[in-house]
Amino acid sequence: MQTELLGVIVTFVLVLLMAFPLGKYIAKVFQGERTFTDFLNPLERLIFKFSGIDPHRKMNWKDFLKAMLTINLLWFVYAFVLLLFQGHLPLNPDHNPSQTPDLSFNTAISFMVNCDLQDYSGESGLTYLTQIFVVTFLQFVSASTGVAAVVALFNGIKEKSTSNLGNFWNYFVKTITRIFLPLCLVVAIILAFNGTPTSFAGKDTIITMRGDTVNVSRGPAAGMIAIKHLGTNGGGWFNANSAHPLENPNYLTNMVEMMAQILIPVAMIFALGFYTGKKRFAYVIFWVMTLGALILIVPSMVAEIGGNPAIAKMGIAQPTGAMEGKEVRFGPAYSGFWGVMTTVISTGSVNGMHDSYMPMSGTMQLLAMMVNGFYGGCGVGILNYYIYIIIAVFISGLMVGRTPEFMGHKVEAREVKIAALVTLLSTFLIKGGTALAAYVFVHHPDVGWAMKPTAWLNNSGFHGFTEMLYQVTSSNANNGSAYAGMTGNNVFWNVMTGFVLILGRFLPIIGPIAIAGLLASKKYVPQSTGTLKTDSLTFGAMTFAVIVIITALSYFPALALGPLAEYFSVH
Amino acid sequence: MERNKNNRLFSGDLVGGALKHSFLKLSPKIMVRNPVMFTVEIGTVVMLAVTIYSYTVNDPTIGNFWYNLSIFIILLLTVLFANFAEAIAEARGKAQADSLRKTREETPAKKVMRVGDIFMNEVKVVPSSSLVKGDLFVAEAGDTIPMDGEIIEGLATIDESAITGESAPVIREAGGDKSSVTGGTKVLSDRIKVKVTTSPGESFLDKMIALVEGASRQKTPNEIALTILLASFTLIFIIVCVTLKPYADYAHTTISIAAFISLFVCLIPTTIGGLLSAIGIAGMDRALRANVITKSGKAVETAGDLDTLLLDKTGTITIGNRKATHFWPAPGIQERTFIESVVIASLADETPEGKSIIELADVKGFKAPSLATDKDVRFVPFSAETRSSGIDLPNGMKIRKGAFDAIRNIVQKAGNAFPAETEAKVKEIASNGGTPLVVSLNGQAQGVIELQDIIKPGISERFQRLRKMGVKTVMVTGDNPLTAKFIAEKAGVDDYIAEAKPEDKMNYIKKEQAGGKLVAMMGDGTNDAPALAQADVGVAMNSGTQAAKEAGNMVDLDNDPTKLIEIVEIGKQLLITRGTLTTFSIANDVAKYFAIVPALFITSIPTLQALNIMHLKSPSSAILSAVIFNAIIIPMLIPLALRGVAYKPIGASALLRRNLMIYGIGGIIAPFIGIKLIDMVLALFM
Repeated sequence: MQTELLGVIVTFVLVLLMAFPLGKYIAKVFQGERTFTDFLNPLERLIFKFSGIDPHRKMNWKDFLKAMLTINLLWFVYAFVLLLFQGHLPLNPDHNPSQTPDLSFNTAISFMVNCDLQDYSGESGLTYLTQIFVVTFLQFVSASTGVAAVVALFNGIKEKSTSNLGNFWNYFVKTITRIFLPLCLVVAIILAFNGTPTSFAGKDTIITMRGDTVNVSRGPAAGMIAIKHLGTNGGGWFNANSAHPLENPNYLTNMVEMMAQILIPVAMIFALGFYTGKKRFAYVIFWVMTLGALILIVPSMVAEIGGNPAIAKMGIAQPTGAMEGKEVRFGPAYSGFWGVMTTVISTGSVNGMHDSYMPMSGTMQLLAMMVNGFYGGCGVGILNYYIYIIIAVFISGLMVGRTPEFMGHKVEAREVKIAALVTLLSTFLIKGGTALAAYVFVHHPDVGWAMKPTAWLNNSGFHGFTEMLYQVTSSNANNGSAYAGMTGNNVFWNVMTGFVLILGRFLPIIGPIAIAGLLASKKYVPQSTGTLKTDSLTFGAMTFAVIVIITALSYFPALALGPLAEYFSVH
Repeated sequence: MERNKNNRLFSGDLVGGALKHSFLKLSPKIMVRNPVMFTVEIGTVVMLAVTIYSYTVNDPTIGNFWYNLSIFIILLLTVLFANFAEAIAEARGKAQADSLRKTREETPAKKVMRVGDIFMNEVKVVPSSSLVKGDLFVAEAGDTIPMDGEIIEGLATIDESAITGESAPVIREAGGDKSSVTGGTKVLSDRIKVKVTTSPGESFLDKMIALVEGASRQKTPNEIALTILLASFTLIFIIVCVTLKPYADYAHTTISIAAFISLFVCLIPTTIGGLLSAIGIAGMDRALRANVITKSGKAVETAGDLDTLLLDKTGTITIGNRKATHFWPAPGIQERTFIESVVIASLADETPEGKSIIELADVKGFKAPSLATDKDVRFVPFSAETRSSGIDLPNGMKIRKGAFDAIRNIVQKAGNAFPAETEAKVKEIASNGGTPLVVSLNGQAQGVIELQDIIKPGISERFQRLRKMGVKTVMVTGDNPLTAKFIAEKAGVDDYIAEAKPEDKMNYIKKEQAGGKLVAMMGDGTNDAPALAQADVGVAMNSGTQAAKEAGNMVDLDNDPTKLIEIVEIGKQLLITRGTLTTFSIANDVAKYFAIVPALFITSIPTLQALNIMHLKSPSSAILSAVIFNAIIIPMLIPLALRGVAYKPIGASALLRRNLMIYGIGGIIAPFIGIKLIDMVLALFM
């Protein structure tokens, strides 16, 4: 058990240590300072020239968002069409079929928004063409969209008074060439050398010891799995995701994949400090996020290591902890850690089946996705956290007797309105989506759809409720992990989560950037001793309190009826 | 007429009127201004319908009549309590304003009659209410001034104690910066002719009363932003409650309408929602209690944000004028001889400085001789040209006192040398912030009188306090930079404007504002008016000119320049009260969840009993306790809302920690205790 814990601690500490210099490097890249990757300059110039982009054009927040949303729309159409016709396109050695319209709607959105909710299984639902040119492609660009967006926020925080939030295309291209490509290369090579397939050949056939013939899916997977984690995407090549022995062959790859997903979200926090010069502010954010993550991680690990109380009641010893739904090569400690970490940072890749985890883990995973700002996804984690900051600034500003200010700009009705709307939206999407599903499930169980609602859930009672809640929460948080007990591939879930995905992705990006743009264009107010310092631990604690209270108040009833009720019935 | 400075929060007559208004304010037209309480009112109406329905029909899913009736009554009380909070705040403000207004009720006015635009010499006594803007009236010793106005002719001593509570009479005269008179004050001597500057019902006080009454009260920017935040919390809880229905269906639980509405009302921030407007009104009321009339609620709020205060030196930082503090005889001159000539030279000097010289001599045991009867004594008055004054005695003595260079000229013209020691003393005095007055007798330097500004006791502590609030103080003075610097250092102001001309104030304000700062200033003169208008908070003195009063956004009835400090604190208190009560209100919800959610589901999901950490007796007692707590917390916090949460200048972070501990942590714990106690009481009956 000690070795297991050591594995977790080493992973966590190592990745935090690596994130610091990476953050410094990222800040340099976006500031246009000299870095060792400058040899890529000609390549970037070529891309800009070819696309007719002026990377130096100044953009205000509206221009910035316009550029971002337009290109995302194009990607959606492109992905949707390719998925719809993949069966007839090349690079399909296994002769997999095309996706249904509702499934390809869901899949295209899901990957475009960095969620990677997969209502199909990778082995049979995609072809190598769509795996590479839709899924992997979108994994790169969606992660880069998030990073580019947060750099706009950095500009808003850095400048005293400006309407210029930087150039979307410039940040976007550089994120890919300078950050994701080099890092992916490293991770992919490690994976490939540890047994992850990198072949264009179709299914392999093996004969098991029992004499059965088994087809084993393969493909050029290593590269995709690298960006899947580095870009906090989470969509696996194989259906079993990182629990699959080819996707995550051993303990070393497990550690590498874990580190890969934590790396950039944490590095972005440090980048915030280096880029804006407000290092203390960044460190406070880092500690608040780390504390929040640990508060979620520890109970889950304790629960998984402790084993299932229901089994314990039967008088069965569980020296290895709760092993249902987990891989023997990872063990309960690392699986518990992974389960919460992947929800804390919006990756959503799994190395065990969350559906089988202890109710405590389910609670923590749900909470992690409801907050979605303790680290969070690439770039977007900080954007989500920023909304909490604005609300904390507003309330605490009043509490110290001054019109609230953030970074020298007065926070007024308009900014509060946007922040409140974004907060409201998460509650609306998660609770509303779950309510709609529960309503249909209860009142129209036998409606004449291809898949009747009665067939959605593999479990009844509290656990069934948690499955639905989890599916919607995962969609809203752009997480993509699934409580596998539910069948999501049907019209209702594909379409409903499709809308949740798209709203849950873009409004929480548009909101913070709009606020940052509005604030940055206001008159700069110099700090005085009466100004609340937003880089103090006190303010960090305030933000933390705001996050806890908002999350608790919004979701307590839903959690009580799902995982909490299950927890109390097991204990 | 002593002004009513009653600080008791609930005096009987106020409560009566406020109770009546609590019901009148139930009108949806008024309620809709407050989205949070408006939704509670809707909930109350629905509950009324449910109560009636449950009386006529026996439907187990609706619950029994008495239970529904209790919920209805508690909800109604919640709304009424909130209305009462607002009404009592208004009533207090109005009572305060009324006591000021009483001073100007019907008094006889000596109106100067006119034909068209030509004023006659005829004076007729009319009731004060018949005066309109532009009329002239005369006021003589013993008269009460009938209406606010500006003196156009004459000078008078006036007792303003009815307005300011200050018993010492003040002088008001035509022209200049002290030409305003206020209705209700009394003329003690002389005769003045006054032009009425406001029509009845349009004075600043009338405007303020209208603000308090809510007719013209506009929400301030922070209030709007807070209302948005509260409205969005309300929306979140609407979502929480609406979605609970399908969740409950899934869990095969029926939740009664009463329970839904109770949950909703408990969750939405009714505490702050109910007290929000009372807090705003109380802020203006507190300003009024400090004898400051504000023209808008926004001005009070802005005061809390001030970064820079411009203060006139004289009267604010120093007491009145300079005083003689030392006599420094020139070498070879006896101190006694020096003092004698100094006193003689100052006998005819009516300036405060001149008088202070005689006072100092008196302290040193030198009695002033009487020269007034001697007809051959010639007084030489001060002139800007000679920059000296003096006296020529019949025995041929010519004594002069004045600025250093003026006297040095006299001395050198007489062929004498100016002693180097005296010159050194002059420089020393100037660099210590004093003003040297040099004295000569028959063309020979006699010595120097040192005049010093007397800094008000306790003023540097007040500036210290302001600095801790993050407010920078700037002293404005006509003194030379050297003197100004010395006094600035001694008084502890952060900056100064020396040799200030009226436009310097304006420029300084603009400069600070360009740097994003909010600036306040106080002024009384017409030449202050542009700067008063430019400043974010301009406080005009009530004794000041009409132009100054029009330009500023506050009027200080006490004419007290240090009032700005109080105004800043009132502004901060206003924001703090809002912020802390919001925090408290939202923190309360944690306990309410633990009371209501288990109560809703306990019958169908018994394991959720584990969430009933307060061990409330039954589901219905739990819900009732939560709703009752939610209602009574409003009246319990009214005193706090009206008095305001205390502001302590301990730095923003420390203040935040303090308020988070009290109102955040306290806000989480308090309802656990309160709900449990109420439940224990209810358990006796249920």
